[in-house]
Amino acid sequence: MTVYASHSTAAPRPLLLDIRNLQVRFYTPEGTVYAVNDISYKVHEGEVVAVVGESGCGKSVSMMAVLGLIPRPPGEIAGGEALFMGRDLLRLPEDDMQSVRGGDIAMVFQDPMTSLNPVLSVRRQMTESLRRHANMSPEQARDRAVELLELVGIPDAARRLGDYPHQFSGGMRQRVMIAMMLACNPSLLIADEPTTALDVTIQAQIVELVTRMREKLGMALIWITHDLGVVAGLAERVIVMYAGMIVEEADVDSLFDRPRHPYTLALLGALPRVDRRRDSRLNSIPGAPPNLLVEPRGCPFAPRCEYVIERCRVERPPLMPVSPTQRSACWVLAGGEGNN
Amino acid sequence: MATVDTPITLATGADALAPPLTFRQMAWRRFRRHRMAMAGAVILILLFVYAFGGGLIFTAERANFTDTSARLQGPSAAHPFGTDTVGRDVLARTIQGGRISLMIGLMAAVLEIVIGVVVGAVAGYYGGVVDSLLMRLTEAMLIIPSLFLLIVAARLVGGSVTWIIIIFALTSWMYVARIVRAEFLSLKENEFILAARSIGTPTSQIIFRHILPNSMAPIVVSATLAVATAILSEAYISFLGMGVQPPTATWGNMLDGSYNYIESAPWLWIFPGLLILLTVLSINFVGDGLRDALDPRSRNV
Amino acid sequence: MSRYIIRRLLQAIPLLFFVSIILFVLMGQMGDPIATMGGRRVTRPADRERLTRQLGLDQPGYMQYLYWLVGNDWRQIDLDGDGVPDTTGTRRGILRGDFGMSLMKRGQSAWEVIWDRVPNTLLLMVTSEVVIIIFALLIGVFSALRQYSLADHVITAVSFIGYSTPIFFFALLSIYIFSVNFKRWGLPSLPAVGMFDPQVGRTPGQVALHMILPVATITFVSIAAYSRYIRSTMLEVLNEDYIRTARAKGLRNRYILFVHALKNAALPIVTLIGLDLALLLGGALVTERIFAWPGMGRLFLDHMQRFDTPVVMGILILLSVTVIVFQIITDLTYALLDPRIRYD
Repeated sequence: MTVYASHSTAAPRPLLLDIRNLQVRFYTPEGTVYAVNDISYKVHEGEVVAVVGESGCGKSVSMMAVLGLIPRPPGEIAGGEALFMGRDLLRLPEDDMQSVRGGDIAMVFQDPMTSLNPVLSVRRQMTESLRRHANMSPEQARDRAVELLELVGIPDAARRLGDYPHQFSGGMRQRVMIAMMLACNPSLLIADEPTTALDVTIQAQIVELVTRMREKLGMALIWITHDLGVVAGLAERVIVMYAGMIVEEADVDSLFDRPRHPYTLALLGALPRVDRRRDSRLNSIPGAPPNLLVEPRGCPFAPRCEYVIERCRVERPPLMPVSPTQRSACWVLAGGEGNN
Repeated sequence: MATVDTPITLATGADALAPPLTFRQMAWRRFRRHRMAMAGAVILILLFVYAFGGGLIFTAERANFTDTSARLQGPSAAHPFGTDTVGRDVLARTIQGGRISLMIGLMAAVLEIVIGVVVGAVAGYYGGVVDSLLMRLTEAMLIIPSLFLLIVAARLVGGSVTWIIIIFALTSWMYVARIVRAEFLSLKENEFILAARSIGTPTSQIIFRHILPNSMAPIVVSATLAVATAILSEAYISFLGMGVQPPTATWGNMLDGSYNYIESAPWLWIFPGLLILLTVLSINFVGDGLRDALDPRSRNV
Repeated sequence: MSRYIIRRLLQAIPLLFFVSIILFVLMGQMGDPIATMGGRRVTRPADRERLTRQLGLDQPGYMQYLYWLVGNDWRQIDLDGDGVPDTTGTRRGILRGDFGMSLMKRGQSAWEVIWDRVPNTLLLMVTSEVVIIIFALLIGVFSALRQYSLADHVITAVSFIGYSTPIFFFALLSIYIFSVNFKRWGLPSLPAVGMFDPQVGRTPGQVALHMILPVATITFVSIAAYSRYIRSTMLEVLNEDYIRTARAKGLRNRYILFVHALKNAALPIVTLIGLDLALLLGGALVTERIFAWPGMGRLFLDHMQRFDTPVVMGILILLSVTVIVFQIITDLTYALLDPRIRYD
């Protein structure tokens, strides 16, 4: 077994965000949706973590829960804590939470076409958080906004400040969005599939921009995606989620070289590769995605799993260490193989 | 790019096993679950029983029987709703009046839909000059405040029930026409319509068999609400003394002049007023439920 | 922008022609103007004929419409019926501001009769619009924020009843409660008739007091309907991604509500309010009648009853023009609020 020296093990950095046993539920007319089921993970200062999974697996919901952005009702945080620099965000009063959001923690969303307010100018939307969090005067905020727009590569930034979102292209809007979120120098940036809604060429530019911004500003980054292709070049550590649970967590090299969960294996199988024959079909995972209306019992992936054993159906596997840098929630691949 | 984007399903097991429902079954199921709409439907049925069933006991003769010695009497055992200015029994008149008011509402709505569908269909199907002329007419009719138009028309034709129904229809078909026209414009270039046309299906058949059924949902909803509007309109113009003329009772004309007795004989206006309110309210509930039930996009199955 | 306004105004012209033709055809069938002018003085057949010719009633329909539209001062009228035109016409037509002479009020032009009432109606309507917008916004936003709370359910129930209530029923009920019974119970009661107490005179305080019930009556139904609409628009907007963005930026909730949400929610509301003016005018008709408010609605009813065609026609045309102008203003307001729309 090769142990890859990841950044976190080589030089432990201070802990930034510590999520413990987070549970989120939604009460809908159809029944209770168990969206996030007891997940725990840590993010260190300056670290890049990717959270991977199918849509609906709880990866965005868990982040929104941390930021207090879950609409309540129908949502409810059923348990857990999220310690950010020592404070539990889940129990923070709304006033304090507001200064965390957009101040210490910023979040960039999936669709730049709908995430900017269509009837307010870019200037208004850029400066409002500066004025709120940094107490800047309108002029200071304006200058800072121009600076930020230039930083993210908006040409002719000073002139475009007065424009409205619809006057920008999709890629440019996402740049505006990123600039807006970087305004108050956050120590953590959460990027919720920021490239999904964009053209392929633009996607690469946005990934490159965020990477550059992270290096320049030194904040930690949580990149939520369903696209393993992006993860490889970006993240230090990867968290794989399925049905509201973490099924595998590993540094990026271990994950790609030695995936230890059948779901990760299946995801990697679905990843098109250049070294494969052109006519080989893209693998898709057989079976239906999980039904989140049923309280989880056993391993959620069991119905679709090739390796399934009896134990998987009755007992939920915890995250078990496979190596110092890898944990997996699988009775078969993480525990002693086949000893059941 | 590897994407593993599959939607989660929220369907419960039972639904997945049940045989697929037709649109009509699904709509009925959605409607049944709409509590307000079901309550509205029940109240409406009761109101019809009141007006038409009650009419068997409280006949028109009884409703028009005047007893000047018993004028403006408050509610009592003999006259539960009291008597009016010439000693007629208010209860009997609300029953007889209900028959007329409900009938005006229903007939006017049917006629209105017919006119609206014809105008909208012709405009939408033929397009061109016909369309733009009909649409200018529609706009012009919408510009004139409808109650004013209604009063002018009512004054013109006098207060017979038939004419009232006709002028209601003639002054309110515009919204339906617009809906139908829009449906036609969007549907007529549809592939199945083009296919029908290419095999030589006659125009009338294309309109009635192919296009109209597809625009049924909004028509049904506007028809429902049109009944409420017509009942209200009848009340308004009768209240202003230009509707159906006495001795024929309607809920509206029972109110004519009652504002001289706001204080001394409130039963004159409270009972017919409440009946109108109840009818319109339950029709609105039903309309609301139908809108949700017939909307193919609504997901609350 | 100004080009757009000009274009809209030009489009309104054929529309108004349509409106006027519809109305003229309707009114032409109505009553006997000579009888309206009335009384005993025109019982003599000779007088009748003279008046008929003077009013142009002997002319075919399209000529009557033409006279009404552009007047008849450009041609000779045969007033004495001998087949020889002898007198120059005196009417200048509605296009030149001549609405004709009132048949009921002798010696007064229809325009004078109408204009006399315009301020009263305007006072009632403008006040009502303001009240509607303020209350509908407050109630709608409140119930959107408290979705599914007890307060929201109560508001929902009341507003459903509200927009099913016939206006006159609300009026009668409110008079019965606030005017009649409050007086009976010794509480301060509200006046239900006219614009002011003749013994006190037309003071602003009196007019305001007399406006309470009429304004409540006109606005009740609209507030009920619009607050429902604002509630659902607000709920829709609050679910938008950009609201989540604003929240992620840590902005204050009230700021998000009134700057980010309301400006978006206002768009459909503006349209609705702009286009429903015709409906509101109908409500004013009933209200003015019940509360004896000396406005255009009551004027319309009174003169309708007596077939005073020029006045009735004038009111209807005036209202139609108002509705069209309101529609254009609505479009412009929309453009002002939504930067995505450019009228060029």
